Amino acid sequence: MLKSFLGGIHPKGSKAYTVDKAIEIPTLPSQVVIPMSQHIGAPCTPIVKVGDKVKKGQVIANSEAFMHSPVHASISGDVIKIAEMPHASKVNCLSIVIKNDGLDEWVEGIPLHREWDKLEAQEIRDIVKDAGIVGLGGATFPTHIKLSPNKEVDIFIVNAAECEPYLTADYRMMLEYTERIVTGVKIAMKVLGVSKGFIGIEDNKPEAVKVMKESFKGTSVEVVSLPTKYPQGGEKMLIKALVNREVPTGGLPMDVGVVVQNIGTTVAICDAVVSGIPLIERIVTVSGDAIKEPKNLLLRIGSTFKDAVDYCGGFNKIAEKIISGGPMMGFAQFTLDVPIIKGTSGILALGSDVVNSGEESPCIRCGRCVEACPMGLVPSMLSILGERHKYQEAKEQYSLFNCIECGSCVYTCPAKRNIVQYIKQLKAQNLAQSAKK
Amino acid sequence: MSSESNVQEGKAQKIQAKEIEVQDEKFTVSASPHIRCNESISKIMWNVNLALAPAAIFSIFYFGFPALINMVVGAVSAVVCEYLVQKFRKKKITAFDGSAFLTGLLLSMSVSPSLPPYMVAIGSFVAIVIAKQSMGGLGYNIFNPAHIARAALMVSWPVAMTTWTKLTNSFVISSATLSVDAVSGPTPLNILKQQGYAKLIETFGSNTAMYKAMFLGTRNGSMGETSTILLMLGGVYLLYRGYIKWQIPVCMIGTVGILTWIFGPTGLFTGDPLFHMMAGGLILGAFFMATDMVTIPITTKGQIIFAVGAGMITVLIRLQGGYPEGVCYSILLMNAITPLIDRLVKPKNFGARG
Repeated sequence: MLKSFLGGIHPKGSKAYTVDKAIEIPTLPSQVVIPMSQHIGAPCTPIVKVGDKVKKGQVIANSEAFMHSPVHASISGDVIKIAEMPHASKVNCLSIVIKNDGLDEWVEGIPLHREWDKLEAQEIRDIVKDAGIVGLGGATFPTHIKLSPNKEVDIFIVNAAECEPYLTADYRMMLEYTERIVTGVKIAMKVLGVSKGFIGIEDNKPEAVKVMKESFKGTSVEVVSLPTKYPQGGEKMLIKALVNREVPTGGLPMDVGVVVQNIGTTVAICDAVVSGIPLIERIVTVSGDAIKEPKNLLLRIGSTFKDAVDYCGGFNKIAEKIISGGPMMGFAQFTLDVPIIKGTSGILALGSDVVNSGEESPCIRCGRCVEACPMGLVPSMLSILGERHKYQEAKEQYSLFNCIECGSCVYTCPAKRNIVQYIKQLKAQNLAQSAKK
Repeated sequence: MSSESNVQEGKAQKIQAKEIEVQDEKFTVSASPHIRCNESISKIMWNVNLALAPAAIFSIFYFGFPALINMVVGAVSAVVCEYLVQKFRKKKITAFDGSAFLTGLLLSMSVSPSLPPYMVAIGSFVAIVIAKQSMGGLGYNIFNPAHIARAALMVSWPVAMTTWTKLTNSFVISSATLSVDAVSGPTPLNILKQQGYAKLIETFGSNTAMYKAMFLGTRNGSMGETSTILLMLGGVYLLYRGYIKWQIPVCMIGTVGILTWIFGPTGLFTGDPLFHMMAGGLILGAFFMATDMVTIPITTKGQIIFAVGAGMITVLIRLQGGYPEGVCYSILLMNAITPLIDRLVKPKNFGARG
């Protein structure tokens, strides 16, 4: 029997646009815009100033806070501006603009070669931290913190579900970066000191399942084909499906002895530990019905959406929405001038017939959202409480903060209610209230 | 002076340029998700109407022209009432989304075919204006509008509501069925209530003949409730489309079957569950009224409680009450406690399932 979780939805995959497109490396942009906040936690402070010359891989911003991840220059060139600039998930963010000098020179000492199996766990954690690695699935949690659980952990899980429609970046990596994935997984398991690993892949990617199974043959890593159902790549859903453990309300995966990393993160770990290369580029799926030639691109952090869209031939029709990430949980953008950051898994340009949501009407209590909710909530009630600003009742009686904002409820709602929007607003109202106290 | 106007002009030009720039890339920004399924309220409602079609068409052939008139009057007057209320209240017009049509159709199907059309129209008015729109419209009504209307007609015109057209006892369309038949006859549940089970069997000739008539729909009753097979056909379609859950009809009809079998006319376990399950408005009610999403609990568990409760009240009324049939009231009573059920029965949160 296929392993899964309760609830969930089956949106159209729409992966055909880019599924067979090998990863391409576009020409470097004339400048990059590197935001100081590309991770969960404290934003970094620039340690370079306007006029400085920087090289690829050089640390240009850092922070003293526990929860942070340093930021590196992704091209060589001159710092021409440090200012508030548009950001994909915040409105604006302090960013460093580097003008490309065309040399693409590495900072001294990179790349190098290390025998990773001779390194101590703590050494590896420090390398990962200094390389600025964060979760590449989109949540951008600093990886070195995840690799330092303060609880007993016995299982390492690699999230390769890629359940968001359109996105194929993880899939292409599994086919093209196979060896680096294998090394990255081994390194992560060594750091965590666990002997059992799982790789969860949705069964709509049989080719990747096959490649991964072959690559991990004879290891203690089990490659599991999971039923295609959104949000299979939700951390809690994935753990439930793979090892049948349920992360308690308000808890973390390590509370059930598990650490989860996105498959792209394992590639970044491998690059950092083996070659000393910090996180300065990532795979981005540029797709959607409004993109002329959808592609999977290896893009430097700080390239703008415009650079990526232009490389893909621009638009072939009016793009109603530009999305950073997937269509279910991604952020709609108001401009193409936002830069690609560490968590940008996709750039989608969708036409009006794809994103036309219809007019919102009152809840008819059909219960489809309740069926779809993977967290066992009553989304319809949360949306009604949201309309009435009853944030306390939502929190106390309807488990508001359990919501992972996966959007399954909104997807399935025949009344076209913007339930996630109400929930975000209710959460903000609660946080504002507790801040007041 | 001129320099100032130059500056202003420059500013105006700049603003204009900016506007054009913004125009150039005008993207919609909203909260996620950015894609939706292609279901809509009107799609659901028209599909429910479609599911009622087999039973509705059958009733026209079986009860004749008056059935058609009543259905058209019921549905159209419901839509007109909804349109007028929304127009008057300056609300968005949703009268044509199929839900008012459905309410009117359901109402006409759950009353006698011989009911004068103007009474049906008044019923539609009660359903839409009082039971639905005065509560805030679709989604806010507590009670099933069609059943509220039926109850209102029942207390207003009890005689007309319990006068049933005499049947021709055949499936063939005869000239008699195309005109209003003045001769009235009782429904099977009426016979059972007033004359007992033996008389009921006698009326149909044999047990088998009775079951056959109840299953096919060649019996007396409200015009849309008689054909078990065609109503179930519509119900199966709704199940297939995922618009209703099997738990509701199965639990409601099952409860009626089990209880009527236990509490039989001549002692425990002597009842005729098959008859009771097909009699009256149970099939229509269980598939089309107890599944009215607006007025029933939102969780599956809550819906099971609702369905079992409605089945129990139906049996209580049929066996002990003053009326021969209790489906309408049982559903209305369960509608009343639906908010309470929803408050008490919530899904178990992920992370608290143990």
